[in-house]
Amino acid sequence: MNEISASLGLAGELIAAGDARLAAIVGLSLRVSLTATLLSCVLGMPLGALLSVGRFPGRRTLIVLTNGFMGLPPVVVGLIVYLLLSRAGPLGSFGLLFTPAAMIVAQTVLITPIIAALTRQVIEDEWREYREQLRSLGARRVRVARTLLWNARFSLTTAALAGFGRAIAEVGAVMIVGGNIDGVTRVMTTTIALETSKGDLPLALALGAILIGVVLAINTGAYLFKQWAERRWG
Amino acid sequence: MGGWLQLENLGLTEGGVRIVADVTLEIGAGRTAILGPNGAGKSTLLRLMHGLLKPSAGRVAWPQPLSQGMVFQRPVMLRSSALANIEYGLALRGHAPDERRRRAQAALERVGLPELAGRQAKRLSGGEQQRVALARAWALEPQVLFLDEPTASLDPLSSREVERIVGEIAAAGTKIVMTTHNLGQARRMADEIVFIEGGRLLEQTPAAEFFRQPRTDAAREFIREEIG
Ligand SMILES: Nc1ncnc2c1ncn2[C@@H]1O[C@H](COP(=O)(O)OP(=O)(O)OP(=O)(O)O)[C@@H](O)[C@H]1O
Ligand SMILES: [Mg+2]
Repeated sequence: MNEISASLGLAGELIAAGDARLAAIVGLSLRVSLTATLLSCVLGMPLGALLSVGRFPGRRTLIVLTNGFMGLPPVVVGLIVYLLLSRAGPLGSFGLLFTPAAMIVAQTVLITPIIAALTRQVIEDEWREYREQLRSLGARRVRVARTLLWNARFSLTTAALAGFGRAIAEVGAVMIVGGNIDGVTRVMTTTIALETSKGDLPLALALGAILIGVVLAINTGAYLFKQWAERRWG
Repeated sequence: MGGWLQLENLGLTEGGVRIVADVTLEIGAGRTAILGPNGAGKSTLLRLMHGLLKPSAGRVAWPQPLSQGMVFQRPVMLRSSALANIEYGLALRGHAPDERRRRAQAALERVGLPELAGRQAKRLSGGEQQRVALARAWALEPQVLFLDEPTASLDPLSSREVERIVGEIAAAGTKIVMTTHNLGQARRMADEIVFIEGGRLLEQTPAAEFFRQPRTDAAREFIREEIG
């Protein structure tokens, strides 16, 4: 108990002092996970929309796969991306392993199925509501997917947030493909894991507090935005 | 067979329920009203004609292909402005942006709502949405316009206004097929009445004759009930 309060005190001091090392770690975490979320939205949202309104062979299989891949274990994703990016792997020539880019790739693989599956659910409801109207106006399926994505833009923030939450909180994938290199690929979660195992609890706790704070702040912001948008747009 | 739309032994069964059963008719009039009690299958018949539902028996035949539009009983608005909702259909047909804007504005004026152009369509009242939906369908200048209870949620004044607009659209050559509960409206607006009940066609009669002397007991009963 004493140790926790002492550590929390130190954590508070670190945060208050704007510790440069801490700031770098938090910054990298945000950069990696926000970029991965953005990429996953670009890939996963159109995929999810096409899965709900499209008619093509393999659609059912893809639906089952995206649903199943929502729960991919981060360490396994890390391992697969590691094999792909390692010197001998098919994508080894890009030299991405142990860089932030590799971490972005791994997190993108991890959360694209989440965003695609959640998008599919949202767009399926929209499709039920708009199907006849859009067909009557003469919209073809790809256009319908585009229209409904834009139409559901506010509901879809929830899908993006779910993806971001998963990305920023995971350890396994970034640990394996990033290597947790000090000053290069060390993010909040990997640092927490490392510092805890070394016994440096204040830094670990400070990062834990910041991690929770960041997730809360982003969710609150998104929630307020959605409320505002729904009041404005109905 | 001079009709522009022919239904041949049309049937629709959904989950074991026969919603439309063996309807054979030919529509040749400029303004047709489909009448019948709640659940008769009026909306379903319009959807079948418009090609939104696939018949489980028979067929819908268009001797000449005609462009079609439809206003639904419950209009569905996209999450954007009233004007953008109307422009959307025009965009699907490949009209240039300034052309879209011009035609959408003209359509809104046509239904008497030019001041609502910038308003969020989903936040408009039911009656306003219904008129925007009419503008959206009309802006595409269809050769055939299906209207499913176009005045169901309108006040008497707006109803008359919509009747007048539809009359103008029909006078300009667009063929109208509409459903309604309102006998007065059918009398004012239709050349021909199609009366259905329980998914079956009971009679197809010129409007004047239908109201003077319906051919079936069911229609006579329906008219008596509706007039009260
Ligand atoms: N997809 C469906 N599955 C099962 N039953 C259906 C389906 N669609 C419609 N029905 C039923 O078919 C019947 C006809 O419905 P429809 O909406 O065409 O009636 P309507 O004449 O337009 O009625 P209203 O005057 O209330 O608008 C109703 O009994 C309805 O419950
Ligand atoms: Mg109906």
